[in-house]
Amino acid sequence: MATITLTPKYSFTVPVYAPCISPDSFAGKTLKEIGELEVWEGNRRKKLKQLFDIKGKTADTPEEITIKLSGNLWKVRRIGEEMTAGKILIDGDAGLHLGVKMRGGTITVKGNADSWLGSQMRGGTIEVMGNAKDYVGGAYRGSGVGMRGGTIIVHGNAGYDVGEWMRGGFIKIMGNVGAYTGVHMQGGTILVQGDSEGRIGALMKGGKIVLMGKIDSILPSFTIQDLKKRTKVEGEAVEGPFYVFIGDLTEDGSGKLFISKKSNPHLSFYERLI
Amino acid sequence: MAVLLIKNGYVYDPINGVDGERMDIAVKDGKIVEDVDEREARVIDASGMVVMPGGVDIHAHIAGAEVNAGRLLRPEDHVKDVEPRTAITRAGVGYSIPSTFTTGYRYTRMGYTTVMNPSMPPLEARHTHEELSDTPIIDKASYPLLGDSWFVLEFLSKDMIEECAAFVAWMMWATRGYAIKIVNPGGLETWGFGGNVRDLNDEVPHFGITPREIVRGLCKVNKLLNLPHTIHVHTNNLGVPGNCETTLKTLMCVEDLAEDGERAIHITHCQFSAFLGDDWATMESGAPLIARYMNRHSHATIDMGQVIFTDTTTMTADGPFQYGLHLLSGNKWINHDVETETSSGIVPFRYRRTSRVHATQWCIAQELALLIEDPWKIYLTTDHPNGGPFTSYPRIVSWLMSVKAREEELKRMNRRAVKRSVLPTIDREYSLYEIAVITRAGPARALGLENKGHLGVGADADIAVYPLNPEEVDPSRDYKLVRRAFSRAAYTIKSGEIVAKDGEIVKAPDGKTYWVDVKVPEDLWEAVKSEIAEVWEDYYTVRFSNYPLTDHYLKISSPITRQARM
Repeated sequence: MATITLTPKYSFTVPVYAPCISPDSFAGKTLKEIGELEVWEGNRRKKLKQLFDIKGKTADTPEEITIKLSGNLWKVRRIGEEMTAGKILIDGDAGLHLGVKMRGGTITVKGNADSWLGSQMRGGTIEVMGNAKDYVGGAYRGSGVGMRGGTIIVHGNAGYDVGEWMRGGFIKIMGNVGAYTGVHMQGGTILVQGDSEGRIGALMKGGKIVLMGKIDSILPSFTIQDLKKRTKVEGEAVEGPFYVFIGDLTEDGSGKLFISKKSNPHLSFYERLI
Repeated sequence: MAVLLIKNGYVYDPINGVDGERMDIAVKDGKIVEDVDEREARVIDASGMVVMPGGVDIHAHIAGAEVNAGRLLRPEDHVKDVEPRTAITRAGVGYSIPSTFTTGYRYTRMGYTTVMNPSMPPLEARHTHEELSDTPIIDKASYPLLGDSWFVLEFLSKDMIEECAAFVAWMMWATRGYAIKIVNPGGLETWGFGGNVRDLNDEVPHFGITPREIVRGLCKVNKLLNLPHTIHVHTNNLGVPGNCETTLKTLMCVEDLAEDGERAIHITHCQFSAFLGDDWATMESGAPLIARYMNRHSHATIDMGQVIFTDTTTMTADGPFQYGLHLLSGNKWINHDVETETSSGIVPFRYRRTSRVHATQWCIAQELALLIEDPWKIYLTTDHPNGGPFTSYPRIVSWLMSVKAREEELKRMNRRAVKRSVLPTIDREYSLYEIAVITRAGPARALGLENKGHLGVGADADIAVYPLNPEEVDPSRDYKLVRRAFSRAAYTIKSGEIVAKDGEIVKAPDGKTYWVDVKVPEDLWEAVKSEIAEVWEDYYTVRFSNYPLTDHYLKISSPITRQARM
C-alpha cells in the first residue's frame, strides 16, 4: 500500500474546489505531477502544491493508494469525486460534496462532514465519525437522481433531507436526523437510530426508512399497514416492534416507513386502523 | 476597421455559385470587397481550409423569459458544463440552456454569426432584448408570437386583413420583432380554457375562428407587409402521433397564396410534426410523405429539428404540448399563460437511443434532410434546446455527409425503430456545398437577409474558416474530422473582425439586433390605433402607451425598412 499525505499550507478562507484529490487522479503519477494538478481557490486557478504539502509514496493503480488528509478541510469541496477504488482518510472536518458520484473505495472522516455527503454516489463506503449536515446521499440541486448504491454511515447526527431522491444503497445515521428524511426517495434503505424532526418520507415512491427513535407525527399521506416485531436491514435483523406505513400516497408511492413503537407511544392510535 | 485578405481557401458560397474554388476573399470596413492592397491587409493563410459565409441559424431559443425560466429550473444542467472566464470572455455555463454570454461564444466557435430567436411573447420583448443585448458577437433577431394574440384573432375573425396588418406592423415596431411566429394556431388560446385544437377546422372558443383562418390570415398579412421572412409556423398537434396529416394540411392551406414561386410559409422543427400512426405504439415516420410534398411544391421551406440523444430542456410556447410532455415523462415542469397573447411551457427531457419513439424521431429528421432533394428548402436546426443543444450541429453535419456516420449511429439505436425506417436504404451524402446551403445560404435567403449567407461584394464580412482540406479529406469516410472541423473554426470573422481563432474567442464585440420597420399608410394606422387603444386597457396589465419598447433596450439596433403593399 502506498500512502500519500496532504496537509494544508495555510488556513483556507475561501472555498477550495478540489475534485482532483482522489486515488484515481493520483494513480500513476509522481508526487511532482500530483502537485501540478489543478484546483480552484475561490476564482483563482491554482496548483495542488500551492495549497498542500504533499508527501509519501505513490502507486500505479488507485486500489493501492491511501490518501491521508489532516487539518481543517471545511472549505475544501468535492474530495474523492468519482473515485472508484482506494482509500481516503480525513483527520478533521470535510467540506461540501465529499465523495460525490463515488463508485468504489472507502472514505473515512474523523470529524464532521458538510452537506451533500456522498451525493449521487453509486458504490463504495463513506464513514463519518462526527456529524453530517444536509442532503446526505442526496441529488444535485434540481436533479432527480440521488444516491444509487454504496453505503454511508454517520456516527453522529445528520441534517435535513437525508437520502433525498435516493434510488439505491444504504444510509445509516446513528444519531438524530432533521426533517424530510428520504424526501422523493425511490429505492434503497435508510436506518435512523436516533430521533427525527418529522415529515419523514415525504413524496417517497419506493424504498424503506427505519426509525428507531422518536417522531412527533407521520404525514397524513401515509397509511398504516402493519405492526411488525422486527425488520431486516442489509441482511441483519433490527428488533422492533415497528409500525409499518405505506406512502407517500400523494405520489401514488409504495415506500415503507418502519417507526419504532417503543419510542413513539403517542402513535398507538394507529393500531386501531390496522 | 481592419483590412483582411483570406488567401487560397476552398470557398463555398452557394448564393454566388462558388463550389470549392480556390480563391481569395478581401474584407474592408466590415464588408466583403473586390480587392484590397495586400501590403495594408492582414493576410490569413487559408490554404488547405474551407471558407464559408458565417453560419445562419433560423431557429434557436437563445434568449427571453422562457429560456431564462428554463435556466432557473435546471441547475443540474449547468453544473456539468462550466466555463471559467478568460481575459476576453466572461464565465458562464451550459449545457442545454447556456447563459447569454456563453451562447454567443459557443456559436462563434462553430463559425455561426447570425442566430434567430424564434419565440418571443410580445409582452416579454423587453426581457428578450435585454438578454439578446448580452449575447455577444452574433447578430440576432426575434420573432414575436402573434398567432394567438386577441387583437389578431379579432381582426381575422372579422376578415379585417388590412387592419390586422397595421396592427402586426405596429407590433413589429413595438417589440422590435423580425417575423410573424405562429405556434399551435388557436390551440394556445383554447389552452386558456384547458382545451386544445386538434384539426385545422376546429373552432377557437369565443372567437369563432379556426387555425386554418389564422394561418391563412397571417400569411396574407405577411404578404401585405412585405416582411423579409415568411410566416414561421409551429404546427397544430405537434409531437402527437398522426400529426403528419395536420402538417400537410397546413402546407396545403396556403398553396394558393404563393405567387410566382414566392415562398409563403416556413414550417419549423418539422421532425416534431412528421409522425404517422394512431398512438405511441404505432407511431412511425411520416418524413417520406412530407418530403414528397416538398419536392413537388416550392412555396414552403422547413427546418429539421434534429433530435440528439442527450439530456436536454424542451421549451415552447405550446402550453398544451408541454403539459402532455410532463404527463408523459413525469419530469418537473413550468406552464405559463401570457395574458392575451400566448402560453408557454418547459419540461426537461432525455432522448434515449433505446426508445423506439426517440430513435424514430432521430430518423425522421435525417430522412427529411435526405429525401428533400433541394437543400434550399430545408435547413439545419435542432430547435435548440428542444431536440438538443446547438453545439451538436457539427455532429448533424457529419451524419448528413456520411452514410458510414449514420450507420454507426443506427447500430446503437432501437432496432425496431431502425427496421421500420427508410433511412438505412438512403445513400445520399451531402457535399460541402450543400452543407453551406443548409447552414448559411438557405436560411439567409429564407430570412430575406440580403447581406448574410454569402461572400459576394457588399455582403457583411461574416466568414467562417474551417480546418478541413476537401482535397485530402473524404467526409464520407473521415466524418470525425468533419465533426471536429465544424466544432472549432480556424477563424471566425464577424463584421470584418477576427473574433475566434482555432476555436478560442479572441475578441467579443457586440452583435446587431435586426428588426423590421414596416411603413403602413398613416390613416389606416390611426384608425386601428383608436380602435385598439380603447380596449387595450381592458385586455392588458400594461398601458398602451407603456407597451412599446424604447430603443435603449437594443445595444445595436439595426432596423430593416419595408414599405407595406397597401
